[in-house]
Order: sequence, then C-alpha cells, then structure tokens
Amino acid sequence: MMIPGSALAPLVALAYLISGVLFILALRGLSSPESSQRGNRFGMLGMFIAVGTTIATHDAVALPKLGLAIVIGGVIGFVIARKIAMTAMPQLVAAFHSLVGLAAVVVGVAAFLNPASFGIIDELTGAIHGASRVEMALGVAIGAITFSGSVIAFLKLNGNMSGKPILLPARHVINLAALAAILFFTFGFWHSQAPMDFWIVVALSFVIGFLLIIPIGGADMPVVVSMLNSYSGWAAAAMGFTLENTAMIITGALVGSSGAILSYIMCRAMNRSFLSVIAGGFGAEAASGDGEAREQRPWKRGSAEDAAFLMKQADSVIIVPGYGMAVSQAQHALREMGDMLKKEGVSVKYAIHPVAGRMPGHMNVLLAEANVPYDEVFELEDINSEFAQTDVAFVIGANDVTNPAAKTDKTSPIYGMPILDVANAKTVLFVKRSMGGVGYAGVDNDVFYMDNTMMLLADAKKMVEDIVKSLGH
Amino acid sequence: MDFIAILSIFVLACFVGYYVVWSVTPALHTPLMAVTNAISSVIIVGALIATTEAQSESAQWLGFAGVVLASINIFGGFAVTERMLAMYKKKERK
Repeated sequence: MMIPGSALAPLVALAYLISGVLFILALRGLSSPESSQRGNRFGMLGMFIAVGTTIATHDAVALPKLGLAIVIGGVIGFVIARKIAMTAMPQLVAAFHSLVGLAAVVVGVAAFLNPASFGIIDELTGAIHGASRVEMALGVAIGAITFSGSVIAFLKLNGNMSGKPILLPARHVINLAALAAILFFTFGFWHSQAPMDFWIVVALSFVIGFLLIIPIGGADMPVVVSMLNSYSGWAAAAMGFTLENTAMIITGALVGSSGAILSYIMCRAMNRSFLSVIAGGFGAEAASGDGEAREQRPWKRGSAEDAAFLMKQADSVIIVPGYGMAVSQAQHALREMGDMLKKEGVSVKYAIHPVAGRMPGHMNVLLAEANVPYDEVFELEDINSEFAQTDVAFVIGANDVTNPAAKTDKTSPIYGMPILDVANAKTVLFVKRSMGGVGYAGVDNDVFYMDNTMMLLADAKKMVEDIVKSLGH
Repeated sequence: MDFIAILSIFVLACFVGYYVVWSVTPALHTPLMAVTNAISSVIIVGALIATTEAQSESAQWLGFAGVVLASINIFGGFAVTERMLAMYKKKERK
C-alpha cells in the first residue's frame, strides 16, 4: 500500500480520479453512434491509467508475474472478443459478468487474508477497520451473487440449460431466509471479525445467486442480464470503498446505475414490476396450458412469392424483428431483402421493441452487423404511429410485442405492455415457424387471424431468402 | 480519506451515472453493457495490489487469479465493444 502522506500520494489519487472521469466519458460517448468509438477509446485510456498507476506505485519485484497474468487474461479475452458471433452476445455478456463477480470475490478474500497489505487494519489493535469489514463482506457477497447468477444466466442463454423457469417449492421463503442469513453473518463479521462468518457469507452468496436466477425464464433474460450488470458494478464499488480507490468507486457507481436503469427500461417495456420479474416463474403456465383445445379460427397462409409481390407493390414497409430472427440468423438475408425493396423505390424501416431479443439492444447489434444503417432503425415510440400509414408490416420472429391483447384483454398476462401496432398497417406479413407455438407468454395473437394478415410459415431465414429470390425475378 | 469523503464521491458518481446512462441511445444498449463490463473490471486494481503486496503465498495466488480474470474482461470487453461499434453505420448519402 502507498505510504500515507508520501509526496506521491496526491498524484496517485489524481491519476485514479482521471481514470474515473475517462470512464464517465466512455459512457457519455454512447449517446450517439458517431461519438461512441471515441468514447470507447477514452475507456481504454482510463483503464490503462488505473492499471499503470497501480503497478508504478507498488513493488516492482512482482512485475513479471503481473505481466504474465495480464497477458494470459488479455489473450483469452481478445481471442474471445474477435471470434464470438454477434448472435451469441447475450451469453458473452453474461459470462463477462460472472468474471467480474468472481474477480470481486477473489479480491475480497485476498484482502481478508492480508488486510495489512491493503492498509485496512487498525494500527493499535491489529484488527480490520469496522467499516472495511462491512464493505468487504458486502463486496464479496454481491460479487458471489453476480458470479453464480451470471453462470446460470449464461447456461440458459447458451442453451446448456432449459430456458424454462425452474420453480422450487417455497423458493421465496428460501431466498429471503438466505438473504437474512447473509445480513446476519455480515453483522457477525463486523461485530467479531470471526473468519467463519466471512466464509459463511461467501458460501451463502454463491448459493443465493444460483437460486435467484433458476426460476427466471428465457424472455425475462433482458432484465436479468441488466440486473447482473448492475450487481457487478455495486461489487466493484464496495471493493473501491475497502481500498479507498476513487476509480473503482466512480466506476462501480456508473455501472451500478447503468444496469439499474437498463433493468428499469426493460421492466417498463414489459409492464412488469422488477420484483415480479425477480420473483420469477413467468411463462411457466404456458407450457402446461398448451394442451387445451384452442379455438380454431381461420387464417391465411401466404407464400414467399405472395410476400415478394405485396412488398414490391408497396410504398412503405416496416420490418419488426424479434428473437426468432436472432435464432435463425436471418439478419443478413433480411438486409438483402431491404436493399432490393429500396431499389424498387419502397421505403424500408425497422421497428425495434425494447425487449425484443435476449438483452437490451440485441436487435440493433444484429442489424448493424448485417450493415443495416442505424438511421433506418427506430425505437417503439418513434415509429409506432407510422404503422397506420404503412402498406406492409413485416413481422419476423417477434410475437408478444405485437399482440393487441396487451391493450384490450385485461386478463392477458401481457396486459399493459406497450406493443408495436402492426395491426394498423394495411397488410401484415407474419413470419413464423408454425401456427403451434404462441410466443413466450403463451398468449394467442389476434393478429394471426386478421383479414389483412398473411402468415408465412417457415424458418425465418429460409423464408426471407425465398422472398429475396422472388424479388430478383 | 475519511469515509464521508469517499461516500460523497460515490453518491455524486451515482447521479452522474444516472444522467449519463439515460442519454445513451437505446440502439447502443448492448455495447453499453459490454463496455460497463470492461470498466467494472477496474477491480483489477485490487488484484494487482494483492499480487504485489500480500505476504501470504495463497493471497498472492488469489491476486494472480484475480488479475487473469479481470484482464479477460478488460481486453475482451473493450475489444468486443470496439467490434460492435464499428458496425454501426449511417446510410450512405449520394
């Protein structure tokens, strides 16, 4: 640890402050795509300053060891970042969250084992400062929850584990009891600095992270991923308090509020309270309700040729992508279709619902990957009024976010959720694998049965490719 | 630094975070998550201190593991953000 009062101390503190400010600028840059890349560079510079300052002010003997650790981690991280497919971004982010959580636990445990080297002991008694004990216990607890929660989220998003919610009996009681126990043992650790209390907090936190995420279903993942993002920030902030490091505190606060805001935006877009998402179990009834005889209503089936013809004749087309587009990787074919339509003089726009996909902004990244210009992509509130003046709404892999039941049917589980008003368009083309599945919420969609709807039943990518072929003729 | 000074920084940073994040365009929410991942790995500072300063062998190795984990995130997070941001292009105007 730096010797307090040495001539360098203020400079070191200043360096950490500068890197904190650079991190703020990194997030600020994301307010528009033009400034975003510069923002990212600011972030890198900030990290460089923070790491450089720490290494420069500490014992140089360990330098080779540090270099080795950074190279190992750096190469792994860099290779993953280069190779990962854009469709796998949600699970990558979850995996990264788990690493932040684990790193926080590791640092907390190291600080606990060696409080002197972190400068957190009382000179007189040799005990760890009371405040540091609380910060440490909270830091490792949040870190451990982030870790195990993110691992489960990763397994669900990556398909290693079913996306269906797993509901334990009395799970709320178990969770609350575990949470109370964590607080109790944190208090115990603060009170007596008993190592046992510390380890119990760590162990319980790993368990509760796991228990918190298993009851949450696939379509609620945007909220979960954002929430874990927030936790990873709070864990960093707690460690920053322990180490009295401004860069860590500022970053922790930024990331913590960022994740919290994203969770809020996602919840609002589903008209569900944060608590009900966390309590989990949404969509569980859908699986059991499927067997019921659903009322058979007439619907129209169209072919790729019909769709191509309709869109060619149209003045304007709005494309509504959803998770299904990501699953079938249809974004490139979709962009090709858009290009051909534009050549025919059709105006093409994309409408994105905030919870489309498995993480905030998921659809935007995929469309960007397929070279769709970002100024053709619109958010719900910016484009929703345009459906009424649009000839064709082309829904691909989305369902619940277009369901008018959210507005009309008070008993529907998605009632109150803001939706994209595709039903207002002159014609709706609905790409869907089959008439069987009814979206995540398990609600039938009236849009399927409207007179102006044509169902295009096929794999999303296959269908779009066929449409592209027909457009070429 | 006393606790109140640190707390003040924290509280103010929360407010800064609040306003900065609301101004992020929804189209960039995925890069936002990736970059926040990268910067929250500033926790590497703690791991570096543990590796260099800790007296016990076990704490040093914990620190080492922490540096590796955080480095994966730092390099991976910034690189993947850079890759995503490079894809966002405007319409070509003729």
